[in-house]
Order: sequence, then structure tokens, then C-alpha cells
Amino acid sequence: MPTLTINGRSLSVDAANDTPLLWAIREQLQMTGTKFGCGAGLCGACTVHVNGEAVRSCQTMVGDVAGKKITTIEGLSAKGDHPLQKAWIAEQVPQCGYCQSGQIMQAASLLAKNPNPTKEEVVAHMDGNLCRCMTYSRIQKAIMRAASEMRTASATSNERRPT
Amino acid sequence: MNEHVKNLTPETADLSRRSFLVGTAATGLVLGYAGVPGIDAAAAAAPANFEPSVWYAISPDGLVTVTCGKADMGQHIASTMAQIVCEELGAKWSDMRVQLASNDPKFNDPVLGAQITGGSWSTMMNFEAMSRAGAAGRIALTEAAAAAMGLPPYFKDQLIVRDSVISHPKSKKQMSFAEIVKSGKATKTFTPDELKAIKLKTPDQYTMIGVSVPQLDIPSKTNGTAKYGIDVMLPGMAYGKVVTPPVRFGATVKSVDDSEAKKVPGFMKAVVLDDKTGTTSGWVVAVANTYANARKAADALKIAYDSGPNAKLSSQSLLDEAKRLQGLEDSGQFFVKDGDPNAAFGSAAKVVEAEYTTSINIHAPLEPMNATAEFKGDILHIYSGNQFATRSGAIAAGAAGIDPKFVVMHQHWLGGGFGRRLDADMMIPAVQAAKAVGKPVKVIYSRENDMTMDFSRPLTYQKVKAGVDGDGKLIAISHDVVSAWPTARWGIPDFLTPSVDKKGPLDSFTVNGADFFYTVPNHYVRAIKNELAHNATPSGQLRSVAPGWTFWAVESMIDEIAAATGKDPAQFRISLLDGAGKNDGGAQRLRNTLLAAMGLSGYGTRQLPKGEGMGVACVSSQERATASWTACVAHVAVAPSGEVTVKKLTVATDVGTQVHPDNIRAQVEGAALWGLSLAMYEKATLKDGGIEQTNFDSYRPLRMSQTPEVAVAVIANGDKATGVGEPAVTVVAPAIGNAIFNASGARIRALPITAEAVKASMKA
Repeated sequence: MPTLTINGRSLSVDAANDTPLLWAIREQLQMTGTKFGCGAGLCGACTVHVNGEAVRSCQTMVGDVAGKKITTIEGLSAKGDHPLQKAWIAEQVPQCGYCQSGQIMQAASLLAKNPNPTKEEVVAHMDGNLCRCMTYSRIQKAIMRAASEMRTASATSNERRPT
Repeated sequence: MNEHVKNLTPETADLSRRSFLVGTAATGLVLGYAGVPGIDAAAAAAPANFEPSVWYAISPDGLVTVTCGKADMGQHIASTMAQIVCEELGAKWSDMRVQLASNDPKFNDPVLGAQITGGSWSTMMNFEAMSRAGAAGRIALTEAAAAAMGLPPYFKDQLIVRDSVISHPKSKKQMSFAEIVKSGKATKTFTPDELKAIKLKTPDQYTMIGVSVPQLDIPSKTNGTAKYGIDVMLPGMAYGKVVTPPVRFGATVKSVDDSEAKKVPGFMKAVVLDDKTGTTSGWVVAVANTYANARKAADALKIAYDSGPNAKLSSQSLLDEAKRLQGLEDSGQFFVKDGDPNAAFGSAAKVVEAEYTTSINIHAPLEPMNATAEFKGDILHIYSGNQFATRSGAIAAGAAGIDPKFVVMHQHWLGGGFGRRLDADMMIPAVQAAKAVGKPVKVIYSRENDMTMDFSRPLTYQKVKAGVDGDGKLIAISHDVVSAWPTARWGIPDFLTPSVDKKGPLDSFTVNGADFFYTVPNHYVRAIKNELAHNATPSGQLRSVAPGWTFWAVESMIDEIAAATGKDPAQFRISLLDGAGKNDGGAQRLRNTLLAAMGLSGYGTRQLPKGEGMGVACVSSQERATASWTACVAHVAVAPSGEVTVKKLTVATDVGTQVHPDNIRAQVEGAALWGLSLAMYEKATLKDGGIEQTNFDSYRPLRMSQTPEVAVAVIANGDKATGVGEPAVTVVAPAIGNAIFNASGARIRALPITAEAVKASMKA
């Protein structure tokens, strides 16, 4: 029985090694924030982080991620207050909302590495994530808002750092 | 809704004949329309007897929970209903909550008499009922507060209701809604006449309507907690994966060999569907302990099919049949029959004729179709996100072989609807699998199932002929629309429309929009059912439905006539929107949106670089009776290769009254981008009876990198609130087509638009 490290917890799942991570997360662990959209890595609804990288959990097998650090939307922040989640609410991004867990996880992997992305970098990073309600412009605005907030927060904490 | 659509259950739905009750129940205050006309005050004291229709409850902690009978697929309609109640009730927005209704008929739409969500109808048709419900609650609470404060009843007009608090400034007394509910004194029955006599707020008194309050459902959609149908978990449940045949419809299963599937761990059974509702054909569902195992088992099944009568059909054969039908004089039925276009063509100075087509299109909401079925005692529970509980419950019952009254539907947030979830096909395998294995079963379509078994927007063929007199005045239009008939498939006569020529009912959801607001004295619209397509590609209602293709034809043709007579296409439209006769009111509003879009886009004010152009279109979708008024200016660049870049879409819409301005903008922008996606990127094709596109690599909705700037102007002329979810879908394709013509001289008449077609037309 493979053991997965998800959102900081070690959990064993009753699933064969060739089971897509998506279904182990949703069914075995009953964390349903990660969504099934296409089963082929074409839509991004199932995006989670493995060792900080955004991956499509429908294309990632359970056997390949044992011992790696997995983060889902439920584990992105303690209280749903990651700057991206706050920005998503401030910009009132979601319509149906189904793709948004994946959008947020995809965006989080960008901002973790690039706190000051250009619009082109945002588009290039997000283009694999479909939004059938077509909330793309609000997604862009929310990412820029979150990036700005994260830069401000980090500048503030730098100032406070004792020398 | 078409104005011919009759109320399906008028005796239960006409709220004007119902009492309104405010009473105290164990859970707090319940407020709602009584199920029985003339119910007396005694009922109010015994809320267990309530059969409220449109209702809400206030709990002792002051939270107001509105039950929404509408499917929420991202249009935030549940939040909007709460907002309308909140306005008249005087509650604080942060006290408002929403819950989604079951399929109990008491939650039926007050106008439609059924639980159905579509047509951009919800706000328009529920505004009045929700407003009166809120106002009645405020009056009951105010009277109870006056009594508790020791004020004589006639002092109640001195009380101020704001933010869930009722205060009496003179005596400085105040009570919160929570305190009043806890007192148990707020009990009141309104007779239908009393309810009708309640004076609702006038727009200048609004404090909630017109305010972009935070949508109640959004936080749960940023942290993974919003529950969609696919997220349902029941104890002991199994999972089903459907195996669908190579043809879209008409196949039968000859044999199933499950010997390999039996080697898959957790496999339980392969169930061949016995679908007496005629919704599916030739489907098998593989059931296993997990979805991953159900998929493996499904892949391992060896199924032999009789492919049935449609196995040789293609998009081309459906189009050929459409052309054949259009050529017959006696085919179809008339939707509009004004004057005599054929006579007018004889005397016309100029006649313009053109054919317009649209391809098959797939809804592809991002949450694949799914349903969970559970038998508990006599009751069949269905867990799914659905737009048409009234009909879907009946189909689930049909699949189970039980009376629909034994079906309870548990509504969820919809991971996209767009009309796809008006259908109930996904419930049939869930029901029959649950019956076969004796456990609850959740069936989830693969994306491939979802794409190839969509109730698609039908392939359409339209022929339009227009006549212009010697003064350049448009005097005649004859418009034939050939397609599968999506709504006829429902088998509900009330959703069909009598034909003008009395040749039996027609499906107005194939021709709506063709009855435009332009003044054209001689005007025929003929609806022709393409039976071959109807049977081979059972069609559905895709966001905006008929106006998605009728305005493609009408608004392209208006441009063609303007070009043929040397007129500016925008000015030509304005001259046709003169508001004469039956078009009075609507035409002027449509003209104003066109002017607004022209102004906002800078139409006609500057010289564009070579290869760039602007095109206009204006539409009154959905139906004439329920129109919103929408215009678009598209700005495009056309490369010599025929490649089209949409640089900007400017959309203006008149919605009468804005409930939530920011949501209107979100809906209009999303709808406009849907219009762009359908115009440029989305195409499905039929080959050997099957849909060829199976996933997002071959069927390609708009992505972020393809998204242009969308400028939105919202006009609220003060009339009643209209819908916004759909109209902007329909205006974009013709605006782009007309912009391409303006930029390059290429006239495109087939959707989606391709670089090859643009290049070919430029050369011609």
C-alpha cells in the first residue's frame, strides 16, 4: 500500500501503483477540491504540486510520487488565505468554479519562482489551464494582484529583519 | 421562454393566487408562499404544514437562508436571488446564505411552473416573487418588533429596517432579526391580495439592487470546498464508467464479453443499459470499487455492436440533406409570415441571396457529466448538478421503472452547464448500475464519453434572400432555417410553438432571433426540421440556442445588403431600427446599444491600418418576449494568409435593471468570449455516424493566449431586469465576420471561421 505525503501528512492509500494520483486523492483520501476534467493532461483542472512543481495529477501515477511532497488546493494555505486565494475573491474570479482549484495551483507554482511576472509570462504559464466560463481576464488580474501583495509582504518582512 | 410557452402547472405556480406565510418553526422563522390558495391563518401557527414555494428561513442566530430553485452553473443565480430577497427584507448581506433546492415541485419557477434553468430567464422571472417574499418578511418582522417594543401597531411606519436590525429612533429602541425570531412573535399570513398590495421599493430606494456585493458562492470555489455532483461520496458506493458505441445514436449492443474485465481487481459487473426513455442507445456501464478500476474494466470489455441506421452519416451528408429539404417548397413550417416576400422580390431593384452554415458544437463543461444514484427504501436519490430537475427526475424514474414522485434530486453546484445539464442521460447508467449491484453508484463520463455523446448544438444550414427597392430600402427577407430540433426531443408540447401557417408545432428554439426588431414589411421565416440530423445527432440547447445561428445569418446578411447598396452597415441598421409597429420599444433599445458600442469602440472615428477593420452586429436574443439588447463592434486584423486576429470586442447591452453590475460584466464578458470561441475555434464533425473530436486536443475552446480585450458597456434603462448569460454569445460571430469583410473584403458564411476560407474569399 503506497504512502503519500500530502499537505504535510503521511497517508497510505489503497491503490495500485499505476493508479492516477488524481483518483487516489479524490476517492481514497476524499479530498475533492482537485478536479477531473479531461484525463489527458489537456485542461489543467487536476493540477497539484509535487515537490513544488505544478503537475497534472491525472497523468501522474501514485507509484511515481511516493516519498515526494504533494500539495493540493486543500493544503495551499491553512485557512484558504494564500494571496492568490484572497486575490481570487477580491477579483471575484470564479463563475462555475470547477477549474479554479487547478488555476490557483498552476498560478501558485509561477509566483513561487517568479514574484514579478509579466503578462506574457502569466499567459505562457497559464495557457494549459482551460476555463470553460472564460474567466481568463480576471484570472490574470488576480495573479497580478497576488504577486503585488506578495512582493509588498516580502518587502515589509525584509525591512523588519534584524541586521 | 417563448411567449407561446404555457405554464406547465399553472395551479401550483401562480404565486399571485397564493397566500404568503410567516411562521415560527423549530429552526427559526420560515417564510414562503403557501402551497394551497386561501390557506388560513391557522396554518401560519403550524409551520409543519407549510408547503412554501419560493421561500427562505431566518434562524435564531439571524442568518437568512434563501433556497434557490435555479441551477447555479457559474451565473451566481443563487446569490442573485438572495440579493433580491435581501433588498426588501432589509437584512445585512453578511447574514445571507443560500442553499440549493431539491426537485420538490414547491420550488418550481413561479412563471415557468417547472424547475428549469436556461434562456437567461431566471432573474427576469423571479425578481417580482423574490421581492414580494422579502417585503412580506420585513413587514412581519416589523410588526412583531413594534409589539415587542410596546409600540402601538400604527407606529410601525416609524421603524427603520436596516442591516438586520429594526430600530425606532424616537424611543431609541432596537431589535435584531435574531431577537425577533427568538421571541417567536413574528407570525403573519398575507392573503394574495395583501401580498399584491405590498408596495415594493422604487429604484431610488434600493440599497442592495445595483450593488456588486461579494458573491456568496465564490469563497468556496477558491479553496476546494464547493461541492459539485462529481464530489458526492456515499458510504459503500461503487463507481461506473460508461462504454459508449462508435456512433452517436442508433447502435445496439449485440454481445458483451467481460472475461478480461473480470481480471480487473474490484470489478463487479458490466451492465447493458435498457433505456426505455430513448435517451441513450447501445451503452454499457462497467461497475467497480473505484473509478480507476471501473475505467480499466471498461477498457477491457469486448462489445459487439449493431451500429444501426446512422453509421454511414457524416457532417456532409447532414448538410446535403439540409439543402435538399430547403429546396422543397412544402417543407417546414412558418415562424414568421409578414407580407409577401416572394412578390416583393419580383419588384425589387436588387436581390441578395446567401447560404450560412454553422458546425456541430459541443458544450464540454469542464465537469464531465456524472450522476450518483442510490436506492433507499422506495425512494431513488439522485445526486447530480442539473438544469432541469422536473424532466430529469422523470427520466431517472423512467430508467428505474418507478413513478417520478419517488425520485429525490439532490442539487449541487454545476461545474459548467451551458445547456448541457438540461439533459439527464448521465442518470440512466447510474440508476441501472445501482439497481444491478445493489449499491449506490457514481457514474462519471470520461472526457471522450462526454464529447462524443454530447447533445450538441446542431449543424445548421440557413438560406436568406433579401430584396431592396430602388431607394435602397430593405423591403423583403425570406429566411429558411434547417436543423435538428433540440427542444422537440424533450417531448413536452408546451415548449413547442404553433406555426403561423397552422402546420403543427415547430421548435422555436431553432428560429428565435430570426423574428428580429428590424422593420421589414415582407418577412418570412421557415423552420425546417432535418430529420436525418435529428436522429443521428440528437441535439441540445447550447448557451443562447437558436440566436447563436439565426443572428449569424441575419446580421451577416444585413451587412451584405449594406455593402450591396453602398451604405455604412451601422447606419443601415439604425435606419432599420425605426421602432415601427410591433418593434416599438425593442428597436429603440437595440439601436441605443448599437450606438453605445459604436461610441465605446471609436467606430468610424479613425482610419485603421491596412488589413484591419471593424464590424458591427446587434441582437435581441433570447426570444422576442424575453429579449436583452446587445450590440458588438469587433476589431480585427486580417493577414494576407487569411489568418484573423481579433484585437478587441466591444459589447454594449441593455439589461433594464442591474441587480449586480459586476456579475453582469462577468457574464457578458464570458458570453462574448464564448461567441468568439464558437466563431473561431470550436468545431465538431460527424464521420461514420460518430463525433470525431474526443478531447480538448481536437475540440479546442478558447484559451488564455487567444483572449482579446473585451470592453463592456452596460445600459440600464430602468425597465425590468432582463437576462445576461447568453445574448452576448450570439452577437460576436457576425460582428467578427463583418469586421473581416471590412478589413479584407472577404465574406465568410460558415462557422467556425478558418484562415483558408478567408484567404479563398479574398481571392474570389
